Amino acid sequence: MIVPRPQLNFWERLYLPAIWNGFKVTLRHFFRKKVTMQYPEERWVVPPGYRGAPYLVQDPTGRTKCVSCQLCEFVCPPKAIRIVPPGPAVDPAAGNVEKRPREFEIDMLRCIFCGLCEEVCPEEAIFLLQDYSLTGTRREEMIYDLKKLLALGGVHQDKIRKWERKAREAEAQEVFPVGRT
Amino acid sequence: MMETLDQLFVLLKRWVVGEFPAAWRLWLSPLIDAGAIIGVFAGLFAVTTLLERKGLGRLQNRMGPNRVGPFGVLQPLADGLKMLTKEDIVPRAADRVVHFLAPIAMVTPILLAYAVLPFGRNLVAVDFDAGLLFFFAVGAGTELAVFMAGWSSRNKYSLLGAMRGIAQMISYEVPLVLSAVAVVLVAGSLSLPSIVDSQAGYHWGWLARWHVFTPWGLAGFILFLIAATAESNRSPFDLPEGESEIIAGHLIEYSGFKYALFFLGEYLGLFAVSALGITLFLGGWQAPVPFLAWVPSYLWFGAKLLGCIALFIWLRGTMPRLRTDQLMNFAWKFMLPLVLVNLVVAALWHGTAAWGFFGAGATRWLLGGAVLWLTYSALSHALFTAPGRGPRTYRYAD
Repeated sequence: MIVPRPQLNFWERLYLPAIWNGFKVTLRHFFRKKVTMQYPEERWVVPPGYRGAPYLVQDPTGRTKCVSCQLCEFVCPPKAIRIVPPGPAVDPAAGNVEKRPREFEIDMLRCIFCGLCEEVCPEEAIFLLQDYSLTGTRREEMIYDLKKLLALGGVHQDKIRKWERKAREAEAQEVFPVGRT
Repeated sequence: MMETLDQLFVLLKRWVVGEFPAAWRLWLSPLIDAGAIIGVFAGLFAVTTLLERKGLGRLQNRMGPNRVGPFGVLQPLADGLKMLTKEDIVPRAADRVVHFLAPIAMVTPILLAYAVLPFGRNLVAVDFDAGLLFFFAVGAGTELAVFMAGWSSRNKYSLLGAMRGIAQMISYEVPLVLSAVAVVLVAGSLSLPSIVDSQAGYHWGWLARWHVFTPWGLAGFILFLIAATAESNRSPFDLPEGESEIIAGHLIEYSGFKYALFFLGEYLGLFAVSALGITLFLGGWQAPVPFLAWVPSYLWFGAKLLGCIALFIWLRGTMPRLRTDQLMNFAWKFMLPLVLVNLVVAALWHGTAAWGFFGAGATRWLLGGAVLWLTYSALSHALFTAPGRGPRTYRYAD
């Protein structure tokens, strides 16, 4: 490729005006307002729908919403989730209504924040929340267990109290409706 | 009162030296001078690193360091601690002795050069008759240090950087010295305090008689600044350290305190050459306007020095780096002829000093300015239409 040299006029050949123009540009930038965000003190606003770290949530009455169906464990592409279902033992606190996970671990080092667990969950028990800076000093620290996931997830304010309805139904079945016959 | 304040440091030193027995005084006096120079200018180095980082940050739409201390003022301390605690690595193949000596050879001559600079009225360590000559003589020692560093590191990039450094520094030494020679020609002295004295007084009571307000002085000052930038290896002439091309040139194999010494030497060189420019062209410690002449002279000098440093930082934030051949062409084909013509103009100015008719000053100004202007535009035209400057051919690009 052949690039012709542009013909400079007298002022351009003197170069000093061009250098002065360069100085003016940098001076303008010197006094311009800076856009740097002072990160640890200032943080950006996380947009809605952001896929941060997946955490487990509780319903407003404080129950763990997860019913240990293990769909998320099955669907998780990097196999970051490990769930231990409760087995045949009945949890006295929950009655015989639903199962609860005995152990629930998410390895945040493996998690790819794809959000498939949130999509697949039939109970709306796992959500990708807004945390984006997960830190730890050891690998073991980055495996979040059930307690930690529930504490970080917080309470999900949903209107459907499925467990209450189920408890009412179970209670109703205990009392045989005498007056019917 | 203001007289005392102006001579504060001179009187202070005289008093301290007077407290000691006569046998010690001969040794004590230069020791105090050396200690003061090292202390003040090492402090200025620390402040300048911070100012440079903050200023460059602002020029580049950043904020610069602001984490250590309020507004980052303790950053130089953190930098210094980091440099001191870093491991000092010497390559196995390096020439250990020369590698060790290079940073020392960098800093020592520059500190020597400070001895002849007048920082205020009577505030000069050695009032040397050949002060300017001494300054350039010891200042040239840093070139050796750069080559020692590059050679002893046994690293091809180091050597390339050192070769670039040598070529550049020797080339720009010529216009630097020649632009200073014009001042010597007019002032009639090589001693820096008497050069400052030759710029004392004011035209018509308000315009300072600084050399920069003469045609040859203005051109000489600009040429001096350009050559000084190249001499102190600063952007846009930082080819020896071009980090994008040859990593860091002669500094590659240096770490820890030796690296810090190189930096110290570079910045001290910048201050020294700025101070020389101020002394030669900007009236040294003289006040720019007569009604501010009561301000202590060293404050004027400090203000001018800080102004020069700010200019160098601004320049670094503005200009891109040159190519080696452009650098050499600029030195030998442009600056050298112009600085020689400048010398002739200075002689003309000096020769016509006896003119007494009405408007003699303006005539001399126009005459000198016209000669310089014509040379300048003729040189730029000649360089632009020089043979071999046809269309550029890029063989491997479509």
